[in-house]
Amino acid sequence: MNLFDTTVSALRALRANKLRSALTTLGIIIGVAAVITMLAVGEGAKRTVQEQLKSLGSNHMIVFPGTVTASGVRLGTGTRNTLTEGDARAIAEEVPGVLAAAPGMRGTAQVVHGNLNWSTVVFGVTPEWLIAREWRIARGRALDDNDVRTGAKVALVGQTVADMLFGGTDPTGQVIRVKNVPFEIVGLLAAKGQSFSGTDQDDLILLPISTARSRVLGGGPGRSRTVGHISVKMADGVDMKEAEIKVRTLLRQRHRLQPDQDDDFNIRNLSEVVEAEQAASGTLSSLLAAVAGVSLLVGGIGIMNIMLVSVTERTREIGIRLAVGARGRDILGQFLTEAVILSLIGSVVGVALGLGSTLALTHFAGWEVVLQPHAVLLAVASASVVGIFFGWWPARKAARLSPIDALRYE
Amino acid sequence: MRGEVLIEVSDLRREYRVGEVTVPALQGVSLSIRQGEFVAVMGPSGSGKSTFMNLLGCLDRPDAGRYRLAGEDITRCDADRLAAVRNRSIGIVFQSFNLLPRATALENVELPLIYARVPAAERHRRARAQLARVGLATRERHLPRQLSGGQQQRVAIARALVNEPPLILADEPTGALDSRTSLELMALLQDLNASGITIVLVTHEHDIAAFARRVIHFRDGRIVEDRPVENPARAADLLAATPHPSPLSPPPQP
Ligand SMILES: Nc1ncnc2c1ncn2[C@@H]1O[C@H](COP(=O)(O)OP(=O)(O)O)[C@@H](O)[C@H]1O
Ligand SMILES: [Mg+2]
Repeated sequence: MNLFDTTVSALRALRANKLRSALTTLGIIIGVAAVITMLAVGEGAKRTVQEQLKSLGSNHMIVFPGTVTASGVRLGTGTRNTLTEGDARAIAEEVPGVLAAAPGMRGTAQVVHGNLNWSTVVFGVTPEWLIAREWRIARGRALDDNDVRTGAKVALVGQTVADMLFGGTDPTGQVIRVKNVPFEIVGLLAAKGQSFSGTDQDDLILLPISTARSRVLGGGPGRSRTVGHISVKMADGVDMKEAEIKVRTLLRQRHRLQPDQDDDFNIRNLSEVVEAEQAASGTLSSLLAAVAGVSLLVGGIGIMNIMLVSVTERTREIGIRLAVGARGRDILGQFLTEAVILSLIGSVVGVALGLGSTLALTHFAGWEVVLQPHAVLLAVASASVVGIFFGWWPARKAARLSPIDALRYE
Repeated sequence: MRGEVLIEVSDLRREYRVGEVTVPALQGVSLSIRQGEFVAVMGPSGSGKSTFMNLLGCLDRPDAGRYRLAGEDITRCDADRLAAVRNRSIGIVFQSFNLLPRATALENVELPLIYARVPAAERHRRARAQLARVGLATRERHLPRQLSGGQQQRVAIARALVNEPPLILADEPTGALDSRTSLELMALLQDLNASGITIVLVTHEHDIAAFARRVIHFRDGRIVEDRPVENPARAADLLAATPHPSPLSPPPQP
């Protein structure tokens, strides 16, 4: 019996029992749809984390100043409890693998344009800071060394600030006032969206660190070289743990800390946070896939159940086929084909349902879901495997019947 | 070739085990049948006729004894070879027709050709020819339940013939048919026999056995009588002599 004849006869047999066939495929439909949806949700979670990782800047750590304590006692005046631009330069020059070590200061301020105002985060930064934090320019230009050297009254604005003050029109060339100081907007930052913690990363303006220090964020001339933090970006492939140790050693040296003294700074290694998130989203994906796999398995058992009933019910038909010359393997092929067709039909409908629910999740629930072609392929392939696997035993049972026993079966 | 030995069985035995009890259904049957013979197998119910036919038809295996079909030792064949023998060398006709209920007449006749891997176009052609041969050219698309008993049995015969086997086995083929339909069927079988096909037919009716050219009697799993029929009746002649009972024909005059 060739494949075409087998398929035709299998379709006929399945059509003869429409309701039963439909109920059987239901298990597969749900299984396949679940696999597709779950994989899409899992992949979406992974992508979200990856995008956040990108916006955070991978291979990135931030050094914050800390208070100095020794043997549990807080030391008083005279200890250096701040980071300086010199520290940033030293890190850039002395730690191997550093792409950028950029000083920055952070504060909040009211930003005014015309009769609109918006309270936002103000960073005083250097051009390297933009590299370290992976900020790109959507319009206009970035800050340059000249802006920092001359204390230019120029600003870069984030997308949210631009939206709030300019309502979608091009903000470059416009003037905003920060603490009553006019700044010319020279560039618009490319949007990054939300961070892990859900804060809006685009709600900020960037000023040259020198201008910010003297005009906006305060700090007298005497402490002119102190900075709020140092953003350190390492090259790809650098071991972040090792880099962190090197930065720590360097800063302890520069700050002349004794071995019994605690660090007067904190290092936050964001890569670790991201890695943890990634691991969590990976676990989520596997969990979802496992749940989906179980439903596919249940669907397969449904197929086996129905095939067993079908073999018993059609024993006489099997006898007739054997009597006119069917071999065991013809009967095996016939029932196996029925099982595979059931699971293929189930797959097709399941894929449609999976696509539908994926779209629905994006559209109505606003979830980030990413449907990959290989997920669909995987779902369909595993449905076929399930069909063959669970169809095998009943089909084998049918193939082993002796012709006369099958014919006599009532 | 006509006249050569087609079936040769010696000391064929078959027992059925039902729980503790063993039923010896065939207790040593030896016999040979030549090509072109028309043999009727008779005997009381339970005498082993069906058991014997199932062994001849390769549907079952004997416990002991030898069965040669066209020189081939069937008792030594594996399952696939037996399937091929059933497919090509033997056409089997059952009392209960055994047609696939959801397949049309044509599809039922095609079934052996499917397992013989005959391409579709050739299959249709040959199945049509056989349906025409049994007088059912106009019933190709009918399902079994849309056919009368006699027509269903004709479909079964067409199916048995479609691979052009040298041997037709029929176990009480007229058992479920009325007497006129039985006559028609016997006329068909006699036709086939005249064309050279060997026929072995089980019946418990003497009228039916009278159409054969040799009658074998079974009792308690043994052959007790084996005799030729001198002048077999011709079913076609009897049929011509019997008026066709048609609702359209005028009622017989008193
Ligand atoms: N499948 C079976 N299982 C048990 N006993 C059987 C079976 N088939 C037939 N027999 C027994 O074998 C004997 C012969 O049966 P069978 O060949 O069908 O006789 P016949 O066709 O001449 O009526 C009977 O006694 C019957 O009861
Ligand atoms: Mg019988």
